[in-house]
Amino acid sequence: MHIAIASGKGGTGKTTLSVNLAAHLSRSGFPVTLVDCDVEEPNAHLFFQPQWAWTRTAHAPVPAVDSSRCIGETCRICVTECRFKALIWMGEIMEFPELCHGCGLCMEACPAGAITESTRVIGTVQMGTVQMDAVRAESISPQNSHTADTPALRLLTGSLRVGEAMSPPLIRELFGQLEQLDQLDMGVHAGQAERIRVSVPRRNEEIVLRDCPPGTSCPVITSMDGADYTILVTEPTPFGLHDLQLAVETLRTLKQPFGVVINRSGMGDNRVDEWLAAQAIPVLARIPHSQQAATVCAEGQLLINALPQMRDAYAALWERLHQIVTQGRNTTEAETTGEAASAKASALSTTIHGVKTNARPDTETDTKAARHAAALQSASEAHHA
Amino acid sequence: MRELLVISGKGGTGKTSITAGLAATGPAKVVADCDVDAADLHLIALPQAQGVVPGTTQAHPFHSGQRAVLDPDQCTQCGICHEKCHFNAITEDIRLRPEYCEGCGMCAYVCPAGAIRMQERLCGQWFRSETRFGTMIHAALGIAEENSGKLVTTVRTVSGDTAREQGLDVILTDGPPGIGCPVIASLTNTRMALLVSEPTRSALHDLQRIVELTRHFRVPAALLLNKADIHPALADEMRAWCAENNLPVAGEFGWTEDFTQAQLLGLAVTEYRPDAWKPRFEQLWETLLARM
Repeated sequence: MHIAIASGKGGTGKTTLSVNLAAHLSRSGFPVTLVDCDVEEPNAHLFFQPQWAWTRTAHAPVPAVDSSRCIGETCRICVTECRFKALIWMGEIMEFPELCHGCGLCMEACPAGAITESTRVIGTVQMGTVQMDAVRAESISPQNSHTADTPALRLLTGSLRVGEAMSPPLIRELFGQLEQLDQLDMGVHAGQAERIRVSVPRRNEEIVLRDCPPGTSCPVITSMDGADYTILVTEPTPFGLHDLQLAVETLRTLKQPFGVVINRSGMGDNRVDEWLAAQAIPVLARIPHSQQAATVCAEGQLLINALPQMRDAYAALWERLHQIVTQGRNTTEAETTGEAASAKASALSTTIHGVKTNARPDTETDTKAARHAAALQSASEAHHA
Repeated sequence: MRELLVISGKGGTGKTSITAGLAATGPAKVVADCDVDAADLHLIALPQAQGVVPGTTQAHPFHSGQRAVLDPDQCTQCGICHEKCHFNAITEDIRLRPEYCEGCGMCAYVCPAGAIRMQERLCGQWFRSETRFGTMIHAALGIAEENSGKLVTTVRTVSGDTAREQGLDVILTDGPPGIGCPVIASLTNTRMALLVSEPTRSALHDLQRIVELTRHFRVPAALLLNKADIHPALADEMRAWCAENNLPVAGEFGWTEDFTQAQLLGLAVTEYRPDAWKPRFEQLWETLLARM
């Protein structure tokens, strides 16, 4: 199961939520992989002391033109076809690798086979493990109880080379590495099936958490692609609300199910709550604003280690999330997205807010830009009225 | 043109609140918002809160690049486009996923039936607003759209033209988080970068990367240490790092409710509590202008 943790606004607590949820799940016996997709500014590793298993250089494909085979000025089809101006004609074909999107069209189009795939370095990918202590038996609910050692938490993190503009290829590389890891695991398990069945009861399904970058454009879309569920983290401020609205529109455009965690609850006002209720979007948890929590996070410590109330908050968050995601799985694919999910969200929201609401999620198809313009227009009209 | 860019690497350190304070103080200027995929400065500059004078806005479409469009009547379901697309933008059953389309034209090129054509792409809008802080140029990238870097460049070009028209030589720009494409587009050839950070492990890590980026593009930078008192030991560590790495500290602010309270009212902090904040922001401008 893949769960993405995202937010429109930066600094709302995505990474805090990701690392603490990962640690909670690992302690509860789940095999967990935390993928830090915020490759521009990766921070998840700061909260653990991972044992790094390997570091690999990540590359993006770029064209290499063999001028001896190039037909030359009469052809130039690669130059005309490249939409990114990564190839230009200057008496011969010149490559501008930093402009290349790696689409492969030039290689496809070259009639002389003069263009081959070369690479440029875009960053690094690191894989490490963290052994979390098992939750003490008395403090856990029966369905999560286990006696065997907990499997190590895996951390997969990417770091964009400073000066490199395009992060999506590196994010895709993270998922590629994850797939390889999973294949490796299956190989190991096939060979040692008997022993593993005895020592590690894999009745808990593997969970992949994806800590996404802020914003709503390509790096975020790439990070959220194919996630079973997305947690949007927000804070109760006007900036938090505005950027949450953008993130919600993004998820609706992608037709992916999501819920919201309100972080630093109590710091601003209740406009976020009111909007979520009107939109019938489920609130998965409210994490209270606390100076103590801020200090713990500042130091790069896990909240669930330092503060008992946070341990409870994360346990409750997982319970709610698990309930929603497993409910979604009992329905057809069509129902887990779009209207049916919203209807389900509506039912949930009713219980969460204790307020009966018949609000239907808007089916607006206008873009964020249009809405932004409308808001500005109304502000402007109010001024002239 | 003296262009001051406010960036942070890490999100949520107070970048936009600081920009709003700078917008409301200092010299006459053009204000720009280059955080095109989650812009917030207009919530302060053009608030809907009562009692604050909003402004007027003109919207302009932003077209950039292309996107693939499929004619299902001509499609033979051969699957070549799905196979050749490097961006997973065409499903196995030949449906286009426009959010993932990079606009490269591979599918249109390889389609033997001519069922795919490339179309000009509306990626968002940019705006020119008259605000109480001066003219503001800002933008909104469409949901799941590409080309944020080019939209940033558009905002910067229009800001420069506007400043010249108005005979102003200062542009104040709110930048995006991170170190990728929109940040690079905001940073290249700007006069100076003000880096807003806070004393946390994550913010220190991210500051180091953004400093490296400013040096890569040879843009002078200075730090504003925000929320300096939330962790004194880490604040010391940050100051020491700045001293070792020749990063000037342009100012320090302590943690305060004032920023949140001002935001709730649609105000810059200097408008919310002028006595406490105006002198500090004027001082910050003075320090920065001396370095620009």
